[in-house]
Amino acid sequence: MLRLIGSFTVWASLALAVYGLIAGIVGVRTRNAALSRSARAASYTIFGLMTVSNLAMIAALVSHDFSVDYVARVGSRSTPLFFTVISLWSALEGSILFWGWVLAGYTAAALYFTKDRLGPMGAYANATMLGIGAFFYLLLVRPANPWGLVSPAPLDGPGPNPLLQNHPLMAVHPPFLYLGYVGMSVPFSFAIGALLSGRLDDAWVRASRKWTVFAWAMLSLAIMAGMWWSYEVLGWGGYWAWDPVENASFMPWLTATAFLHSVMVQERRDMLQVWNLSLVISTFLLTILGTFLTRSGVISSVHAFTEGTIGLYFLSFIAFVLIFSLALLAGRSSELRKHGHLDSMLSRETVFLVNNLLLTAFTFTVLLGTLFPLVAEAVRGVKVTVGAPFFNRMTVPIMVALLFLMGVGPMLPWRVANVEELKRKLLVPTLAMIVTLGTAVVLGMRDFWGLLAFAFAAFALSGNIQEYVRGTAARRRAQGGGWLRAFGGLINANPRRYGGYFAHIGLILAAIGITASTVFRVERQATLQVGESVTIGEYTVRFDGMRGQQEPQRFVVGANMTVFVDGRDVGTLFPRLNFYRMSAEPIATPAVRTRPDNDLYLTLLAFNEQDGSTATLSVIVEPLVGWIWVGGVMVTIGALFGIWPRRRAPAPVVSRKRTAGVA
Amino acid sequence: MRRMLITLLLCALAPAAATAQAAPQSGDVPETQLERDVRALSSELRCPVCQGLSLQDSPAELSQEMKDVIRQQLAEGRSPEEVKAYFVSKYGEWILMEPKAEGFNLAVYVLPVVGLIAGATFVFFTARKWVRQGGAAELAEEEAAEEEARARIA
Amino acid sequence: MNWKRVAMSFLFSLPVIGLLAFGLTRDPRTIDSPLPGRPAPDFTLPIFENGEGTVSLSELRGQVVVLNFFASWCLECRYEHAALAMASSMYRPQGVQFFAVLYNDTPEKGRRWIEQMGGQPYPALYDEGSRTAIDYGLYGVPETFIIDRNGLVVQKKIGPWSFDELTAAIDKALAIEAVDAPTDGPEAVKPTAAAVQGGAE
Repeated sequence: MLRLIGSFTVWASLALAVYGLIAGIVGVRTRNAALSRSARAASYTIFGLMTVSNLAMIAALVSHDFSVDYVARVGSRSTPLFFTVISLWSALEGSILFWGWVLAGYTAAALYFTKDRLGPMGAYANATMLGIGAFFYLLLVRPANPWGLVSPAPLDGPGPNPLLQNHPLMAVHPPFLYLGYVGMSVPFSFAIGALLSGRLDDAWVRASRKWTVFAWAMLSLAIMAGMWWSYEVLGWGGYWAWDPVENASFMPWLTATAFLHSVMVQERRDMLQVWNLSLVISTFLLTILGTFLTRSGVISSVHAFTEGTIGLYFLSFIAFVLIFSLALLAGRSSELRKHGHLDSMLSRETVFLVNNLLLTAFTFTVLLGTLFPLVAEAVRGVKVTVGAPFFNRMTVPIMVALLFLMGVGPMLPWRVANVEELKRKLLVPTLAMIVTLGTAVVLGMRDFWGLLAFAFAAFALSGNIQEYVRGTAARRRAQGGGWLRAFGGLINANPRRYGGYFAHIGLILAAIGITASTVFRVERQATLQVGESVTIGEYTVRFDGMRGQQEPQRFVVGANMTVFVDGRDVGTLFPRLNFYRMSAEPIATPAVRTRPDNDLYLTLLAFNEQDGSTATLSVIVEPLVGWIWVGGVMVTIGALFGIWPRRRAPAPVVSRKRTAGVA
Repeated sequence: MRRMLITLLLCALAPAAATAQAAPQSGDVPETQLERDVRALSSELRCPVCQGLSLQDSPAELSQEMKDVIRQQLAEGRSPEEVKAYFVSKYGEWILMEPKAEGFNLAVYVLPVVGLIAGATFVFFTARKWVRQGGAAELAEEEAAEEEARARIA
Repeated sequence: MNWKRVAMSFLFSLPVIGLLAFGLTRDPRTIDSPLPGRPAPDFTLPIFENGEGTVSLSELRGQVVVLNFFASWCLECRYEHAALAMASSMYRPQGVQFFAVLYNDTPEKGRRWIEQMGGQPYPALYDEGSRTAIDYGLYGVPETFIIDRNGLVVQKKIGPWSFDELTAAIDKALAIEAVDAPTDGPEAVKPTAAAVQGGAE
């Protein structure tokens, strides 16, 4: 029964998407209002259908209906309910089903919030979204069909990938990732809508801005959740390995970040149209490329789901979108290019230009590194690895430069900077930079890029906090009242700006965390007898013996460790190995003790299997790791604050025609 | 003045606190130069049974054994280059965490730098051109073009 | 519409798509081993089942050697066990030597596994510390190396053998004549041989 519902809903979604795509385009071109309305109706209906389909799948999973193909693949009677529900996105077919739902949701929502206010551009945008939808629904009825029939139905299934059952963060990372990835199709569709309809001013930017920021916020959170999951689950003490699929989520984030900033220049100064269109098209393409890389088996990675014909589908889609968008953009480019003009090199516009440059170079570097093994194999016939050392070497300088930019950007006003004003603004941040640099050097820090990162972090942190302080003080002078009221008034008058600065601060804190945990990380390996301890810095950990326990879906064996800080007993940790039924090798779960200033990270590597009398452990002390997670959450809060719907109209955007304003 | 100092303190403190970690970690497992060398080399070699992890980061048994081989060879006086060459002769170039910077592989190191420099040059000269073009006259011309475009779309 | 630019963008897209299409034809997980065609690394390993003493590769010069790496926890090793056992009996008259090398496992478990599989008519060797495995560039089990009479690796097989594959490979190796002129000898002494000979690690 569920299977029939599920099958029907995906087929119907595909049919309606194709219909809506055609009806939408024809409706615009022939100015047939009825057709246009039917195309919009199709979008709403598809959302209903996909919702039913996903709910049906969850029902099938929970009721262990093994006659459904996907359930037979990932379901299991011994998996706890929580993980059964989230196994919806644990394997290929289910994840595409979920993707389809998010896409349908965005299509309907984008339509709902714009209705038909946008004319032909809006209609083309909706048609584009339906076109993208058609591709994914096609995947669902053919290569990635979760609703196939399994007959005779097995009595039980293998359960989801053990790695995914180890941590509840599995519930967080994929949904947010899809909200981010799929969300990028909204600004992309508006851009295509603009190009197709010929409405080449900044209407598409303004219409899609909140969607872009929202999707970017979701993607930021997803990347951070992925890093946190990697850290807590994989046992190697790191959070970023430059694995192809990590890069796949990072690249669209980079271009989207550039886009977010660059559109401000288009809104105020009517420049960089081609840049912005290119950035949004690249962002969308990179999201599809990322999905392609992880699902087609082209590049082996931690995430690689499967191979098969699905790779061919994705490649065709990428080829089509790439050629179509590029051709459209190239064809319209002469109509887009206006004579750009800047009032001064020393302006925020220039900073955003440099920002675009750095982020594009960053993306290009990561893309090249990720695809180079393929290129090398094509050209030399030899397999090479492009791993973390390469990426760190090539991108750290760019990241440090971006830190500096995050500090200097808020200080420079639009159009032209008043040099006196600029000097006043530079004073405190520069002092902060010098003090930090001096402190670090005096304390013995010698790592060149680490020092630079700290210095610019202090600079940027001061610069951004300064904006709040100055703004609040100015408002208080102008309107009276207390500090708190002035502050509240300030951020509510210009939420986009101050939400953005908050996001900057979050990112800077995360950068500090990354720098500290990389440069000052201390790692030791020790084999201990029962009762023996090992000491690193202030921590002493003592091995008290092994313990094993049977859980419904796995057998867990771990080491009881007691932790002492400067001699004081502060608690126990239990690093362990999990043995799952369907996997030959155990999966290590580290034990982490988090403090604001550092993490103590224990991994069980091996133990004496006869009598548990010895255990081999890896002990790592990593400073400031927690700052990364806090910073990541701040980034998302800042972004969401900027787009939060408000009853009061926000301060009007400074029109181009006015003369240079105060920052 | 007071406001400024508070801001200054606030912002210098954050990274400075982090640098307090710079104090060398002591313990009863002091690291010898050999261990440091083993660790450095292990970060440059890939674990054959893991997904993209270096020997240093990998908990796999094979990785530990390979590290033992590294330790032994370094202790015998071999240079890191020779140890790396040994592993390459067994596992192929793939065992190195990043490609040897020679021949065609140079592309992956050089292209990003070239791209960045080319991009920076382009941005610099374009910005300069735009500054020269700036001015009220251009503004007027722009507005005229806008009116025209608006008329076309309507 | 600027058609010239449209055409240019089309041309620009093609190499990118071509590269990705190429990627679809490759399997990123198979790594080509540099060993085939080179002298097989020498080893001296103790026998822990079906024999006594040690085995040195250098002493087997002039005979074809089938070197199979296995483990008790290795699922795929079970699939090829029968083929290996049969082939070893079949080729004994022609002097083909079979050896099974234990990888990341203990001799007790190895012995029990062999018993479970119905025994095997050739020695099982214990590679403590995986020095020999590393010397052969092993990254999983099962992996098998076919070494010809001249001590050169003629084939590295990743994954389980089918009987036909195995016999075809051995026939190919047998067809290679022994060369009387001295070759480079066993590969230049690596710490592995010395260490294992020394005993404990």
